[in-house]
Amino acid sequence: MSFLATLFRRREAGIAVMIVLFCLAVGIAKPQFLTLDQMRIILLLTPLIMIGAMGQMMVIVARHVDLSIGSTLGVSAMVSGMLYRFDATWLGFDVPWWTGIPLSIVVGALLGLANGVLIQLFRLPAIIVTLGTLSLYRGLTFIISNAKQIDRQWIPSELKGLSQTSPILGIPWIIFIAFGIAILTYVFLMHTRLGRQVYAIGSNPVAAPLRGINVTQVTLLVFTLSGALAGLAGILYASRWGFVNPSNTGSGFEFQVIAAVVIGGVSINGGVGTVLGTVLGVLLLGCVAAALPLLGIPGTSQAAIYGAVILIALLIDRTVRQQGIASLRRARA
Amino acid sequence: MSAIETQPAVQDAAPARPRWQVLLVRPETMTFVLLVLGIFAGGLLSPFFLDINYILKSFTLYAEFAIVALVLTMVIIGGEIDLSPAANMALSACIFAWLQQAGVPIPVAVLIGLASGLVMGTINGLMVIGLQLPSIIVTIGTLTLYRGLAQIIAGDKSIRVPEWFIGVDRIMVAGIPLPVVIFIALAIGLGVVLGGTIFGRQIYQIGTNEVAARHAGIRSARIKFGLFLLVGIVASIAGIMTASRLGSVRYDLGLGGELQMVLMAMLGGTYIFGGRGTILGTFLAAWLLVIVSTGMIVANVLPAVQLVVLGSLLIVSIIATNFIYSRTQR
Repeated sequence: MSFLATLFRRREAGIAVMIVLFCLAVGIAKPQFLTLDQMRIILLLTPLIMIGAMGQMMVIVARHVDLSIGSTLGVSAMVSGMLYRFDATWLGFDVPWWTGIPLSIVVGALLGLANGVLIQLFRLPAIIVTLGTLSLYRGLTFIISNAKQIDRQWIPSELKGLSQTSPILGIPWIIFIAFGIAILTYVFLMHTRLGRQVYAIGSNPVAAPLRGINVTQVTLLVFTLSGALAGLAGILYASRWGFVNPSNTGSGFEFQVIAAVVIGGVSINGGVGTVLGTVLGVLLLGCVAAALPLLGIPGTSQAAIYGAVILIALLIDRTVRQQGIASLRRARA
Repeated sequence: MSAIETQPAVQDAAPARPRWQVLLVRPETMTFVLLVLGIFAGGLLSPFFLDINYILKSFTLYAEFAIVALVLTMVIIGGEIDLSPAANMALSACIFAWLQQAGVPIPVAVLIGLASGLVMGTINGLMVIGLQLPSIIVTIGTLTLYRGLAQIIAGDKSIRVPEWFIGVDRIMVAGIPLPVVIFIALAIGLGVVLGGTIFGRQIYQIGTNEVAARHAGIRSARIKFGLFLLVGIVASIAGIMTASRLGSVRYDLGLGGELQMVLMAMLGGTYIFGGRGTILGTFLAAWLLVIVSTGMIVANVLPAVQLVVLGSLLIVSIIATNFIYSRTQR
């Protein structure tokens, strides 16, 4: 087997090589790309996508897809934003700055659970249900906010500090949170029974219940987790950007996240995908996003690049799958 | 012994369902009843609502999506889905508007816009049929890609189209706006093709069981490819019609339209897993959606609430059709 084929086998290695090659190429054209400052910019672009990608990855491994996370992010950020904005009017006192974090996570989890219930209990395709809730949740964001933005002065400065102050090496807290979530996801998927069952369901949805796996429970859990992580991304959005807007916040988030997940080698056919691959996929997208302005490519071309990335990743996925089938045939012969 | 042998025959001879029952479980019936209810409710909200000219005028706002939804219905019946036509509309409209702004004569610009729609349909078809990739995720990718390309071409600015090109919705044919005429004509045409020709029945067979259809000698790949091409070209026609209606083109033209298109097909009783559905259903559902949307506008419902209503309608309509079909399966 050739070196390249082996690389494609270990998809993570392939992505890592792609990241290095990409950075070197950009670095040769624009040397300032390879500085520590630039690294920090790349890292700062990624935490929200990384947190969303962890949830989306679990959903896709279970052979579903969640298109609603962008709107889930919007609703959860808006609920916390409204609390910060109106706490004095409603409750008579200012809530502590961290209340938004559990609140957003719970709101997100509930919205994700609603997706899961519709999909699992009514046996509906995830893509259509979440297309519906994408619109529904976005509408909710407008309704609860009365279509008004939560401005900078209402977001507590400690919360904003999460994206600005740093415990070590000048790397802000928000990045540690993102990597912490990635590690937790890894432990959950690789070292717990439930986590392994997510893979079992995605590999073979027919066989999984025959092996005594409670498919309903696992599916609901996966969608709830995806929603909860989108909720966490929501409150971190408020921290990172310092505002919550009913129409902008989280819109298009789902495409960035799906792009990151599929380029990270998570198979859209379910059952295949690793946390490491997803993290690398997120970093690769971050590098691309950071390189565009340096190379003088306008920001308007980002969406097209995400789309192209999804399609290319699909093609790679198909090639790898066919090679796998071919090598299985050879081994059997 | 003989009693045991006759038992299955007795079961086979169950009486045929009465005609009214067959009619009642047809999904279009539900759409039709909802439509009548919607018209009544709208009439109660405002007396102006029942003015046929007002409804026709409102329909022009949704006609482009409705036209694409008709073709999309055939794709869904064939067991695939296409989420990219709204982005396709935006990209072909942007290409058209950009070319005519650059000095290309309008007929040529229109032709290139339509050709680009065909190319987009071809890309979808190649990825789904040629490479055997799942259509939902492919068209999510192309949705992002096409809209992104539109954004690259148009930037954040809107491109104006010449004065005489504006106003396809104000051209009247026998008192009916042209887009509505096109929609009705296309619905009749596709309805005949889908319901009355061998080609149409083959689409149902592919959607019901593609492997069996292929064994029965149906060229499923060719037919599905053709459907993706048809969506591509029809979407670009709809895109250029939208450009003419709005008078200017931005990259976010028709944003979120995929939801409304899928919603029209689902509300009309098209089965999301393929094999069932009719053009008549989508035709009625398009009117239903217009009645509901205009009703909400007449009743001064916030646009945000409309988003919620549309999203909930989509979910409720798939639950309802799934339920109806699971009942009639037995």
